[in-house]
Amino acid sequence: MTARVELVGVRKIFNEGQPNAFRAIDGVDLSLPAGGVTVLAGPSGSGKTTLLTLIGCLARPTEGRVRLDGRDISGLPEPFLAALRRQTFGFVFQRFNLIRGLTVLENVMLPAYPLGTPHRALTRRAGALLQRLGVGHRAGAPVESLSGGEAQRTAIARALINDPTVLIADEPTANLDTALSLAFLEIVSGLRAEGRTLLLSSHDPLVREASVVDRVAELRDGRLVADRDTLAESAQ
Amino acid sequence: MVLLGAFVLGASLLHGALGQSAARAQAEASQELVRELRLTGLALFTEARYTRHPALTDRFSPFQNHPTAVEHFPSGSLIRPPAHLHD
Amino acid sequence: MTELRRTLARQRYLLDYTVASMSRRRTRNLGLLLVYVGMVFLLASVLFYSSALKHEAGLLLAEAPDIVVQRMVAGRHALIPAQHAESLRGIRGVRVVEGRLWGYHYDPAVRANYTLLVPPADDVEPGTAVIGPALARARGAGIGDVLSFRGQDGTLHPFRIAAILPQESALASADLFLVAESDFRALFGIPEGQYTDIALQIPNPREERTVAEKVLEALPDSRPILRAEMLRTYDAVFDWRSALVLLPLSGALLAFAILAWEKASGLSADERREIGILKAVGWETGDILSMKFWEGGLLSLLAFLFGTAAAYWHVFGLSAPLLAPVMQGWSVLYPDFRLTPAIDATQLLALFCLTVLPYLAATLVPVWRAAVTDPDEVMR
Repeated sequence: MTARVELVGVRKIFNEGQPNAFRAIDGVDLSLPAGGVTVLAGPSGSGKTTLLTLIGCLARPTEGRVRLDGRDISGLPEPFLAALRRQTFGFVFQRFNLIRGLTVLENVMLPAYPLGTPHRALTRRAGALLQRLGVGHRAGAPVESLSGGEAQRTAIARALINDPTVLIADEPTANLDTALSLAFLEIVSGLRAEGRTLLLSSHDPLVREASVVDRVAELRDGRLVADRDTLAESAQ
Repeated sequence: MVLLGAFVLGASLLHGALGQSAARAQAEASQELVRELRLTGLALFTEARYTRHPALTDRFSPFQNHPTAVEHFPSGSLIRPPAHLHD
Repeated sequence: MTELRRTLARQRYLLDYTVASMSRRRTRNLGLLLVYVGMVFLLASVLFYSSALKHEAGLLLAEAPDIVVQRMVAGRHALIPAQHAESLRGIRGVRVVEGRLWGYHYDPAVRANYTLLVPPADDVEPGTAVIGPALARARGAGIGDVLSFRGQDGTLHPFRIAAILPQESALASADLFLVAESDFRALFGIPEGQYTDIALQIPNPREERTVAEKVLEALPDSRPILRAEMLRTYDAVFDWRSALVLLPLSGALLAFAILAWEKASGLSADERREIGILKAVGWETGDILSMKFWEGGLLSLLAFLFGTAAAYWHVFGLSAPLLAPVMQGWSVLYPDFRLTPAIDATQLLALFCLTVLPYLAATLVPVWRAAVTDPDEVMR
């Protein structure tokens, strides 16, 4: 159930070779604890989102390697990356990126379509996920009608539909009030208890200082400037 | 929707196939007339004599005014002078 | 077995997603569909119409005389004397030789050309006429009415309508005016012993060419015209290379090209974002292409089915009111007839290939480019 993610010498340059080339990530070495919660902290523009996309196989690094359980995944061809995105990583976007015009349930089932999972089993699984996250009653609603908190839970459910071992969330509390943020951290705690590896990016102190967090890595200008084991710290 | 469309098209074609006998009766009336009266052209384009009986036209009729004159009659642009006149 | 079931389930999901996706942009897709259906309708109508007419022409003219012999003077058609007919009787292979009497008369009252004809059986009573249905309609004439023509000598020749030819034969008889031989000769001033042309009956079809050669030998100033040549003339009118078919065809194809180009030139930002999201949640390039293929395929299939069905009813049910003006031109007398449904599978297949395949190709081109890029880039 656990997975170890490692980054070795990772660099990401946008528009390489052009005058407006931009170094988003400039040499990052990181090792995520298996089955723990890591928070990527740092000001906006420090490269948090880019780093998350590199780990979640949404983009490839310009240099360096991303390893999953010792296996190099950054150089894999497209179909393998898609499979990883499907079943190993679950990504929750900052803006949720739900597909308009579909219902909540349909959005949640979407990542399982290419697998050809039998319809009834899939519907049941999706319904159970939504129920567990507290939005089961909104299953048939169009996603445009959801509140911020409901939309986030839908996005989380979508990320969890194929039972991934790593869940990645980009600025999860950016559009939520304190009460909803705390509720989100509750969900995180529950997922951690299941043994999943969680990776969050946030500049929200509420998330950084949460007790459920095992590790805080600080990014600035695309580089890792601090890497604290908060679990060990709080034990002291 | 696709099924509906397929059904509509299928039904139309079936209707056509089944209506062949009635259509043949109609064609027979014309065929009999052609046979009886020794007709040599269809009454499709009745505006000019070289479009009414295109096969029987002499070489001059279509080009009677000027070899490169613009065609008067709309049906003249649909009917080219018959091939056997070119030989 | 489960592998097959999974593949089927996957296709079914993709199809469901496609249908949901299309109904999302309902107005745009509906507009697109309407235009598409219109184009298929036009194309199919023209194809059905021309091929049905070709079929009909072939059917009718199969009964035309085997050879018609005309006399040419100075390159122009001239009357043929009865002695010429006599020399033709001796040719082996010719069973019957008949002089035909027919000509044109312009009626200023309705600005129409009539074809006057003397039936070979000469069973029209002098002073009467049998007229075609379109003629009757144009002049508002019924049985018992009198139509008068001014003859060659300036005098008025009245004709009492004895009968009207049946409506079903309109394609052959629309403008016919059948009169007795004596009346015909008096009207046009054609003396006894002269005919318009001569019709030959040749029992053995394979001898037609040889007989035609012999006719030329016997009568050097004549022009024999074979029935095959008559048929070929009409074939050329309704061939796909003819103006009748080519003009609407090229128009429709041009419209198609514009439609396809518009599709191929790129996806909207919305569509790109959607593809990015799908890739991010783990859809492969193949899945996205399949989905878009379903989208294009459904639309074009629908358009093909409805457009073709509509064209069928337009041409064979309503006798193609939209195309008829092209055929009628300036004719005052035109046959009002119903076409026999005559479509074959190759026509439908050609129509399908022309309309569906280019559109499918056009939809997949921009999608392919988006589908192979990293989702991160696509979502920006």
